[in-house]
Amino acid sequence: MSTQFIINDLKASVEGKEILKGINLEIKGGEIHAIMGPNGTGKSTLASALMGHPKYEVTDGTAHLNGEDILEMEVDERARAGMFLAMQYPSEITGVTNADFLRSAINARREEGNEISLIKFIRQMEGKMKELEMNPEFAHRYLNEGFSGGEKKRNEILQMMLLDPKLVILDEIDSGLDIDALRIVSNGVNAMRSEDRGFLVITHYQRLLNYIKPDFVHVMMQGRIVKSGGPELAERLENEGYDWVKEELGIVDETVGQA
Amino acid sequence: MSIQLSTPVNRQAAEALSRSKGEPEWLTAKRADAAELVETLELPKVEKTRIDRWNLSAYGQYKAAQPVSSAQELSQDIQAFVTESQAGLLVTRGSGAVFSTLSDELKAQGVIFTDLETAAREHGAIVQQYLHTVVPSNEDKLTALHSALWNGGVFVYVPKNVEVELPLQALLYNDDAEATFAPHVLIVAEANSRVTYVDNVITTGSAAQVAAIHHGIVEVVAKAGAKVSFASIHSMGEEVVDISIRRAALDNDARVEWIIGDLNDGNTLSDTKSVLNGRGSSSDSKVISIGSKKQKLSLTTQAVHWGKSTDSQMITRAVMREEATAIINGITKIEKGATKANGEQTEKVLMLSPKSRGDANPILLIDEDDVTAGHAASVGQVNPEQVYYLMSRGIAKIDAERLIIYGFLAPVVSEIPIDAVREQLQRLLERKLEA
Ligand SMILES: Nc1ncnc2c1ncn2[C@@H]1O[C@H](COP(=O)(O)OP(=O)(O)OP(=O)(O)O)[C@@H](O)[C@H]1O
Ligand SMILES: [Mg+2]
Repeated sequence: MSTQFIINDLKASVEGKEILKGINLEIKGGEIHAIMGPNGTGKSTLASALMGHPKYEVTDGTAHLNGEDILEMEVDERARAGMFLAMQYPSEITGVTNADFLRSAINARREEGNEISLIKFIRQMEGKMKELEMNPEFAHRYLNEGFSGGEKKRNEILQMMLLDPKLVILDEIDSGLDIDALRIVSNGVNAMRSEDRGFLVITHYQRLLNYIKPDFVHVMMQGRIVKSGGPELAERLENEGYDWVKEELGIVDETVGQA
Repeated sequence: MSIQLSTPVNRQAAEALSRSKGEPEWLTAKRADAAELVETLELPKVEKTRIDRWNLSAYGQYKAAQPVSSAQELSQDIQAFVTESQAGLLVTRGSGAVFSTLSDELKAQGVIFTDLETAAREHGAIVQQYLHTVVPSNEDKLTALHSALWNGGVFVYVPKNVEVELPLQALLYNDDAEATFAPHVLIVAEANSRVTYVDNVITTGSAAQVAAIHHGIVEVVAKAGAKVSFASIHSMGEEVVDISIRRAALDNDARVEWIIGDLNDGNTLSDTKSVLNGRGSSSDSKVISIGSKKQKLSLTTQAVHWGKSTDSQMITRAVMREEATAIINGITKIEKGATKANGEQTEKVLMLSPKSRGDANPILLIDEDDVTAGHAASVGQVNPEQVYYLMSRGIAKIDAERLIIYGFLAPVVSEIPIDAVREQLQRLLERKLEA
């Protein structure tokens, strides 16, 4: 069965403030959906609420991945069910090497007694690192500690590649990437495109979408998806900004939760 | 303030005990003088720790230990601590030594590795020259008490220019709560020598379950250009109070590296200090500890800079579980005239439960302008943002927290230069964290 991810009227608050005001979205396996929108309109909040960040309280709505209600699950269960979020600001964790972390994450998906062999793991990890043109030494560095902005993003993609998720959310994966890295990371994402996998790509820039070609583009304002279209929508936003959208919809302040 | 001891300490008793063991006159006299001081001196002032309320009475009595003829005769749980590649092994049980070996090669080079009581008889002149010179008997009530009653112990002597490649290992264990367990470790490294000493301080059997005390003092004398690496892992039982004072005196360009694993289940007073007398001398201390149940831990690292261009590095990391409390002090003292000295210290405590407590006190006492010094201290809980990040990759909460906790200790554990010690420490960490 090809993947199906359905978000229905999702509302979420942080610290008692409602940020998401009813999100509806359907992503099928093989599809790439892009979400664009000005700063502070709820894009990362949507990603965090779907992944289950403890600070974000879902107050209404549902999200089903292949029929399973993910909002009922703990964060780790969501991940094992196939959710993956490449975070805008990944955590740094001292003392835990990247390799140990990755192996733990892979083994968390396997039965006890059926852990991945060390050799096989290293081969897989090194293969993917090579694809991402990462220095092998990053396997032994502490997780994200002292990584540059771009290195952290590459490391997020490395995790995505090794964990083989069903629904991938990329939150500003292009921020901090130089031009070569943007191409490498995009190639990594494109290589993962398949019928079993849907993508939700949050970005501010059309440039990323030249590499990762979206099927649908959505604009987020005031905690809602206010406009949807095809790739041409991203191009228009890149050229003209958001004013025309606001005008069209009669929106004065596009942010959410600032009042 | 007085300590009620199970056996009275006075001049006569100390003399009688020393004579009964056939100790040399000079040692008998030292013990007798120290015994007299016990009554008059005060307990040391320990930052934010009321050691006067700890049960210090169960000092036990001297009990002769029965020697064994080979390491295989030691009990299994003790043998488990013997590391594979060592240049010498010394085992003390309760109040006395039971076994010792040293490679012929090192013997031929003039290295001495034996218990301190034997050394006092067989190498009296050297022992007499250095004993209590680094930690004076008259410093406080506890040092006096120890000087009067120490037993067994370890003596390491490395002659000039001799480099001892493999570690010398000592196992200091007690399996009888009624036996006095007060080992004194004296290490003398002559000019340009090198040595690594590793010990385990352990209680087993009844000694781990009944009120008892381990009262140890370590003195390290590092002569010019000498390098001493000292690693010590303590894993004593819940009812055992551990009082461990370690101190090194360094001449020009000497170096001392301390690695301390305070992994006891009982109250612990651990004080590790380097006195950087000589120009260019340096010291590096790494302490890790895990507290659980109602344990009270006082962990102090100190560096005193007298010499010019001296350098000290101190790191303490402690994980507190359940209702454990840790007071962690780092004291960097730079004396007037110690120009170009540098001292850095870091104390970090990770608290795993709402009832655990941690207190990190970096103390810089600087009497010279032309120096550099730094400190960092933190007390905190497992960062929920980090737990979320790991969980978002499918790792269960308990495993995520475990990764973060081991990660917290890893920067110290991974730097331990001796594989066997590192692995041993890792095992003991796991035992304490997963209990
Ligand atoms: N953890 C939080 N604590 C407090 N406020 C928050 C938190 N997370 C989000 N918010 C608020 O919710 C609103 C939406 O934030 P969000 O991060 O979702 O925006 P965004 O669309 O991702 O913006 P950007 O493009 O700048 O990344 C903002 O006003 C923000 O301050
Ligand atoms: Mg954002």
